[in-house]
Amino acid sequence: MVSPSPAPSQIQQPAPGTTPPASSSATSSRGGVSGSVASPFGAQAQQAGLNIVVLDPPHGGTDPGARGTGGIRESEIVLDFVIQVRRALELQGFQVVQTRQGNENPSFDDRSATANAQRGAVFVSLHVSSTGLPGTVRVYVNADLPPVADSNGLIPWDHAQAPFLGLSKTFGDLVQGFLTQRFKGSPDSAQAASVRQLRTTAAPAIAVEISSVTVEDRADLDRMAPGVADAIARGAASFKPSYVVPNSPGGLP
Amino acid sequence: MTPRWKFWLIGGLVIAVLAAAIYFPILRRRVKRAARLQQQSEEQARRELTQPIVTNPGDPRVKTKLFWASDAIDSTLVPVTVDLPLSNDPVLRSKQVLNTLLAGPVDAELRTLPPDALLLAFYLLPDGTGIADFSEALATSVPSGIVSEQLAVNSITRTLEANVPQVKRLKILIHGQEVETLAGHLDLTGTFVVNAQPAQPPAADKAPAPAPGTLTPDKAPGKLAQPERKP
Repeated sequence: MVSPSPAPSQIQQPAPGTTPPASSSATSSRGGVSGSVASPFGAQAQQAGLNIVVLDPPHGGTDPGARGTGGIRESEIVLDFVIQVRRALELQGFQVVQTRQGNENPSFDDRSATANAQRGAVFVSLHVSSTGLPGTVRVYVNADLPPVADSNGLIPWDHAQAPFLGLSKTFGDLVQGFLTQRFKGSPDSAQAASVRQLRTTAAPAIAVEISSVTVEDRADLDRMAPGVADAIARGAASFKPSYVVPNSPGGLP
Repeated sequence: MTPRWKFWLIGGLVIAVLAAAIYFPILRRRVKRAARLQQQSEEQARRELTQPIVTNPGDPRVKTKLFWASDAIDSTLVPVTVDLPLSNDPVLRSKQVLNTLLAGPVDAELRTLPPDALLLAFYLLPDGTGIADFSEALATSVPSGIVSEQLAVNSITRTLEANVPQVKRLKILIHGQEVETLAGHLDLTGTFVVNAQPAQPPAADKAPAPAPGTLTPDKAPGKLAQPERKP
């Protein structure tokens, strides 16, 4: 459990023995908050509605993620994708926070902590797969999680996504819809999967996976970036009116 | 060189080019097939040495549904029915079907699990939780990605669902240890739903044919089910 002070988060910290999430201040400095927003507990708390998108380029450091025979590394290409997604989101008026900026590899909990420290945020983890029909894109939301049950109203860190599953599905379906318009052969709706990164995220959260690192020429993937960026930005903009932002960072919807 | 010789030389070259154009694709197919057979036989030899599939000649042969990748629809599973001698003991039966699943389909490209992965142990708790302990190759050799990792786990859970009704949930261990993810994406810290229905006596040949295992939210198998995590 964690006390409400100094950060009024409703998220419990991981149990002893697990990787602790970064503190809020550490998160802010690493998280790369764009524009003038330096602290998630300052000016943002005064604003209403969805206004922040946390972008997660997974892997990094010694973890390259998926690797193609042509030398394509997921950890590198997602950083390039994130640049374009960020630009598209900022054009839609969103503030963007990244879970990593360079070739480092924060833990799953550290990445979730970056998102959980924000108020009025959604979380998008961007992946490139090893398999799947090249040129298609799939959106994943977390599979069923046990219901939140805590007498003091705190959300267990391990199941922080549980209260947001419905919102995540709505957000995921919207993004998937825009992606399918661009990338034929992609599914019509978001799919359920037990994606580890999403489980500890207390916000509407999706994973977007692009197929795949097996393309012979990296340019084939690069050409997909503007379409992916546009779909995510339009999905976030369409989702904005339906998201009632909780009163505190990481709070219940 | 006389015109006659030129004619015969050019004619010979044309015939040689045509013969090569016809023969090369055939040769290429033969080389690919030979390489695949060699790879399969190496896998088979390793498997026979390290993890013999436990079979009892007295066990009844039943129609067993194994879930491998579809060659028609991308990133989906399809059931393949094979006759196998299966034990009535749920633990032994689970080992038999999982080892057959690991051995892979005839077409190696449709396998969902790495060829070098082994089932080290299988336990069944009184509450119906199965614990499958796989060798490290399952985590290190499965292609990294949500879709491929989900396909691997779903092939395991759906194969157990179709053949071992006593297994209600499945916990996957890697070399005896709980790991956070399979290959960087799929969460292995919880258990996966296998059979939501009450246990029935094994009768694989009477079981209704399940729909192909698409990775959709409607499919119960493969969903992370319950906490059972660290206190």
